[in-house]
Amino acid sequence: MIGIEHYVVVSAVLFVLGVLGIFLNRKNIIVILMAIELILLSVNINLVAFSAFLGDLTGQIFAMFVLTVAAGEAAIGLAILVIYFRGRGTIAVDDVNRMKG
Amino acid sequence: MDYGYSLYLTGPEVFLSVSGLVLTLIAAWGGRNAGRLCTILAVAALFGASAITASQILGDTSVQGAEAFGGLYRMDAFGGLAKLLIYLASIGCLIVTPRFFAKGSEYRPEYPLLMVFGSVGMGMMVSAVDLMTLYIGLELSSLSSYVLASFMRSDDRSAEAGLKYFVLGALASGILLYGMSLVYGFSGSTSYGSIRAAFDGTLGTGALFGVIFVLAGLAFKISAVPFHMWTPDVYEGAPTPVTTFFATAPKVAAIAMTARIALDAFGNQVPAWQQIVIFAALASIVIGALGAIGQSNVKRLLAYSSINNVGFILIGLAAATTAGVSAMLVYLAIYVAMSLGSFVAVLMMRDANGDQVESIANMAGLSRSNPLLALCLAAMMLSLAGIPPLFGFWGKFVVFQAAVQADLVVLAAIGIAASVIGAFYYLKIVKIMYFDEPANVVVGKSEFSHWAVLGLCALVVSPLGYLLTIPLGMAANRAAQALFFTV
Repeated sequence: MIGIEHYVVVSAVLFVLGVLGIFLNRKNIIVILMAIELILLSVNINLVAFSAFLGDLTGQIFAMFVLTVAAGEAAIGLAILVIYFRGRGTIAVDDVNRMKG
Repeated sequence: MDYGYSLYLTGPEVFLSVSGLVLTLIAAWGGRNAGRLCTILAVAALFGASAITASQILGDTSVQGAEAFGGLYRMDAFGGLAKLLIYLASIGCLIVTPRFFAKGSEYRPEYPLLMVFGSVGMGMMVSAVDLMTLYIGLELSSLSSYVLASFMRSDDRSAEAGLKYFVLGALASGILLYGMSLVYGFSGSTSYGSIRAAFDGTLGTGALFGVIFVLAGLAFKISAVPFHMWTPDVYEGAPTPVTTFFATAPKVAAIAMTARIALDAFGNQVPAWQQIVIFAALASIVIGALGAIGQSNVKRLLAYSSINNVGFILIGLAAATTAGVSAMLVYLAIYVAMSLGSFVAVLMMRDANGDQVESIANMAGLSRSNPLLALCLAAMMLSLAGIPPLFGFWGKFVVFQAAVQADLVVLAAIGIAASVIGAFYYLKIVKIMYFDEPANVVVGKSEFSHWAVLGLCALVVSPLGYLLTIPLGMAANRAAQALFFTV
């Protein structure tokens, strides 16, 4: 029988993968955008699982909001990435270093 | 549920949203040339929203507050005061912007639009009493801010600032959201009142993780140490008027939102978060003071100064009393004036080509080439350092007083000691402006609109500002009472 713990553990694993994906990734900013999506999806798993467990609809409505905002966030992220690429001609993480200190 | 009454309570947001949509149409038809018109209309819309907010605060029910849309949103004096500060700061930033872009002709009507929608989001954040409203408001203001940070599209540094802000801001939202999902799971509700009722007594591990994740996400948004690393880069890279905006309005919103969630939703768990807030406050004060010392770019230095100031504001929150919240709001109001003033002064420094002067070394001898500007900037710096005849001292004084009253004597003592370290680099700027050999780099003429905003801020910061202590103190007290009314 799959209980609430399993969902919470899966979601925690996805969340940690997402955070590590942002910090350990040394290659490409697109990978960072994917890691951000992973974090938001782990949150959604949590919300829907808790919602089903509690028999309360709020969590599923919240998940809908998160999905909507995640779409907008990805659009803005990619747009900023495009203007960054136009200026610098690279999207490697190590090259994002114009400012230091 | 009475929709008419709910719409009345959410008046400032409804008004601003409708104005924002109208502005979108004007921007779509007017094209690039509509920039100035949109700015004027956006300023008018923000003034209108401030007037609605002011009338709500002055109403008799603002201390008890009233809930709109089935307990998703709460109109009270606390949210009202924070919104008033947010709108006024946004107006100040909007007024100084068009002239900044005049040379590069990169000014577009999207800029005032994003500011208006950002202000709607910030208003929602400070009035939210449900995690869902909070999240939507937060994202509305964050998404506008990401675009604003990368607004100078042809400038490498601006694009990089936007990118960094986006990645770290999205990470912070993710952490906050993960905390919210845990809080929802372990309390069974997203409304602050129900969470407070559910989180009574000892917290389980899962619920405690939820509280900590929520606070970590919020610490990112207010740029408190240890989640401050994005601040200097974003402040340096973003166009100066946008930096002015970041240092004022979103900061007020994020701090007010943190105070509401900590004292309302987690109001029964003060010992659980108080330690974290005390640590964040002390670390912000110390790192903000030490980090600023070696900086050569004035925007970067002001970024560390804002981290430092967030630490003092968090001392008021750590007290977790009515007096503490009231002191926090007073400090926040003075901080907005100081921060707006110093960034506008930086904005006004231009060299012979009309380019921005950002290097501190190039400010040498400013007192001889532009005595009035040097005087205003010196007043801002001394006020940020908390030197007595200026108004900045009052903010620090009330915050430390609240901390001592709440038996946080050690915290107050370390805070006072660290503010002496901070005074070092503020005084260094004054010394460079007044006593160093003139570099004669800053020669550009300044616009009237810049002088007007700077003059107003200088007036508030000057000893004349003490005339404001009584009305400001009364408004802050009412706001603090409103916050604690439901607790």
